Amino acid sequence: METSVLVIGGGITGTAIARELSKYKVKVSLVEKEVDIAFGGPTKANTGIIHAGYDDEPGTLAAKLCVKGNLLWSNYASELGIPFKRIGSLVVALKDEEIPILMEVMDRGRRNGVQNLKIIDRKELLEMEPNLNREAVAGLYAPTAGVVSPYEAAIALAENAKQNGVQILLSTKATGIVIKNGEVKAVQTNHGIIYTQYVVNAAGLFADEVSSMAGIRNFNIIPRKGEYIVYDKELSGFVNHILFPIPSRVSKGITVTPSVDGNILAGPTAHDVKDKNDLSTTSVGLEEVLDGAYKLVPRLSARLDAIISVFAGLRPQPTTDDFVIKSYREPSGFINVAGIKSPGLTAAPVIAEFVIDILKVEGLTLEKKDHFNPFRKPISHPLRDFHLKKAEKLIAQDSKYGRVVCRCEHVTEREVLDAIQRGATTLDGIKFRTRAGMGRCQGGFCMPHIIKIITRELGIPIEEVTKSGNNSKILLYPAKQLLIGDK
Amino acid sequence: MKRRVNLVVIGGGAAGLSAAVTAKENGIDSVLILERNEELGGILPQCIHTGFGLHYFNENLTGPEYISRFVKKVYDLGIEYKLETMVLNLSPKKEILAVNQSEGLIKLQSDTAILAMGCRERSSGALRIPGERPAGIFTAGTAQRLMDIEGCIPGRRVLILGSGDIGLIMARRFVMEGAEVKGVVEIMPYPGGLDRNLQLLRDFDIPLYLRYAATFIHGRDRLKAVTISKVDGNGKPVRGEDETIECDTLILSVGLIPENEISKKAGVKIDPKTGGPIVDENMETSVENIFACGNSVHVHDLVDHVTKEGEIVGKNVAERIMGNLPKLRKRIYLKAEGNMRYVVPQIISGERSLTLYSRVRRPAFDAEIRIGRNITVHKRVVKPPELIPIEFTAERLEDLEKEEEITIDMGE
Repeated sequence: METSVLVIGGGITGTAIARELSKYKVKVSLVEKEVDIAFGGPTKANTGIIHAGYDDEPGTLAAKLCVKGNLLWSNYASELGIPFKRIGSLVVALKDEEIPILMEVMDRGRRNGVQNLKIIDRKELLEMEPNLNREAVAGLYAPTAGVVSPYEAAIALAENAKQNGVQILLSTKATGIVIKNGEVKAVQTNHGIIYTQYVVNAAGLFADEVSSMAGIRNFNIIPRKGEYIVYDKELSGFVNHILFPIPSRVSKGITVTPSVDGNILAGPTAHDVKDKNDLSTTSVGLEEVLDGAYKLVPRLSARLDAIISVFAGLRPQPTTDDFVIKSYREPSGFINVAGIKSPGLTAAPVIAEFVIDILKVEGLTLEKKDHFNPFRKPISHPLRDFHLKKAEKLIAQDSKYGRVVCRCEHVTEREVLDAIQRGATTLDGIKFRTRAGMGRCQGGFCMPHIIKIITRELGIPIEEVTKSGNNSKILLYPAKQLLIGDK
Repeated sequence: MKRRVNLVVIGGGAAGLSAAVTAKENGIDSVLILERNEELGGILPQCIHTGFGLHYFNENLTGPEYISRFVKKVYDLGIEYKLETMVLNLSPKKEILAVNQSEGLIKLQSDTAILAMGCRERSSGALRIPGERPAGIFTAGTAQRLMDIEGCIPGRRVLILGSGDIGLIMARRFVMEGAEVKGVVEIMPYPGGLDRNLQLLRDFDIPLYLRYAATFIHGRDRLKAVTISKVDGNGKPVRGEDETIECDTLILSVGLIPENEISKKAGVKIDPKTGGPIVDENMETSVENIFACGNSVHVHDLVDHVTKEGEIVGKNVAERIMGNLPKLRKRIYLKAEGNMRYVVPQIISGERSLTLYSRVRRPAFDAEIRIGRNITVHKRVVKPPELIPIEFTAERLEDLEKEEEITIDMGE
């Protein structure tokens, strides 16, 4: 196989780069080691915040790209057909001594170029957030911050890239990079060799390993675990903005925020771990999330009953402490886009543009396509979104829009079929594309229905259906198999 | 144009069917059952074990046998029902919005409504069990459906978390399918299921771990093991007293939650103790002409009781439609305290004899249930898994003080 630019990694960074490249007349391929887009790491389990840009030190690449990225998101989300809500963020000071830190953060934001930052007093703060800790003394309000669904964004980017000619290769893991005379020639994968002129390393947690395949070993990626708690949509409106505590050295702290889908999300913790595959939650971590959440919103402590799920994600923390986005004299043709920690989601659209500039400098001729289509048509969710007129119209066209499969999120069979047609092959793939199984019963009711639909549509035996690929099989045996004895 | 009906029953399980049948038998012609599943019967078609109907029919029936008697009545009486029909909204004025594949959006205006949506199972996420999130974790009811309706076995080495009835029944079910059940793990010092279901563990030599909690889930793709830990009196794990049990399947039987999303949309007040609507002795909710019965009011332990409650509601709704049952005027609020976890109905008139249903927090022997200042009811044994009926006879009612709120309490 042969391509011109090979992007390694199907997370938000890799898909944003692939989609940006699809605007040009160049052959682009993307490899992702997991069975689906956004399955691997940081993109799957992420707070989903589009940051205003006051957190990072002025002068860093992260600060620069975050502020620029924030501005692009409204248009970006509308092109991609994904929900984005610019709900604003509040950094909350709970003691008078914290007010100077608030001023410092505001000053840093202004130096980074963040618009419309302002300090608000207790009265206004409590009007904006009636459930906020009554001890709050002041807040830093950033109206430009917002929320998106990170995995939905990556899926949409991959779909739009594919629609514009990018080849997406799933379950394909880069195992080596072939370099000759100081130039990148090819990438070895578990599915054979892919010849390419350029390699863009957007391998997230594994970007240091891919980089070392190209002989560049001057940084490491440390997996920094973040644990989260998800609350029922019943609490929608409990908080209205992204609430941050006063930031610490290592992180922005435990947030309480509405998700773009209407849940309340609390988290993340920030603890470095050894294993890049360790997505386990811990009792200590979950307690820390609750403690942090209760500090901001004490009333949540009476709503343990409204918790519907817990999960953990890993952020790719680079030892350089800043994004590593650059090309090298040797090997030429290799570009690292590594250490894309927070605010990587916010910065993704600009990171993609930045990579285009680097590729041009590296000698790739990039000429705009005449017929690039920036618009990706989303899956319609008329009942989930309670758009009744639209529902009526769509059911008239296709009655499967009238068969509710997931009771909690009101997802219909048509949406599940759409997800499968767009490439979902697993329960999680359908969940990420439709929200079926993400509601209060966590798939208890819809799982048997969805397994049957997957079986029927993909023509595979029921025992082959997986949660998220690999060996995550759900139903291991047909009835009576264990009594007859297996081979 | 909205279609008009006298009665809409939301949910075609045991509660909804008996309510609909009784309403029809009491002279209400336009009754409509809305059911979101592919068939009538609620959970019972997948409950292929026996133990149903001992009280109501004086017979020992399987779930499908039990419920088919009511489904047949629905057919025989010509009661209208819609399957695979999801109710999206119910307004306080009893306007109903529902959807299905053949009719699309359905708009109805009903005089009365019966909430009979049943309950759902508490999920692993709600328990906040630390660890990984592999395939192989199922709620007991989902596993039961997969085995008994879809014909699949989730796995061969099974651990059951929670000693509720469905968990115990599934323990036996897995053994009968040739799987190995490693044990049943219960956080409380006493089991959560009925005695007759606990016998199953003894019959099949399945270990019961009391005062143990699941404290870590192992396995990236498929479940590999579950660590369980001994807990102290507050349910907190005791350091060093844990054990890791290898298994490919974890079954959760850790509580049922009344389903009341529709009730909340209609503005029905919910009792935080039961998770269901606050009802008066007619089983009417806080919204006039909306009644409720079955597991969406509170989780029952026997379907026989659900059926009886459905009958009471069906009869009351029929009386209401005919103008013979005014809204309860005198209202005495019952408040469960101490070891009494809840009491249903929460509101009585004090003028009519009835049976109250209650649950305790902890087991007790020779228990004295005090109702107000003057009434004491003696029970030999009370246990959390068993619903406690309290007969309110005319005689007892005479002793009841005439106050707005009466406490139902049990000394420790």
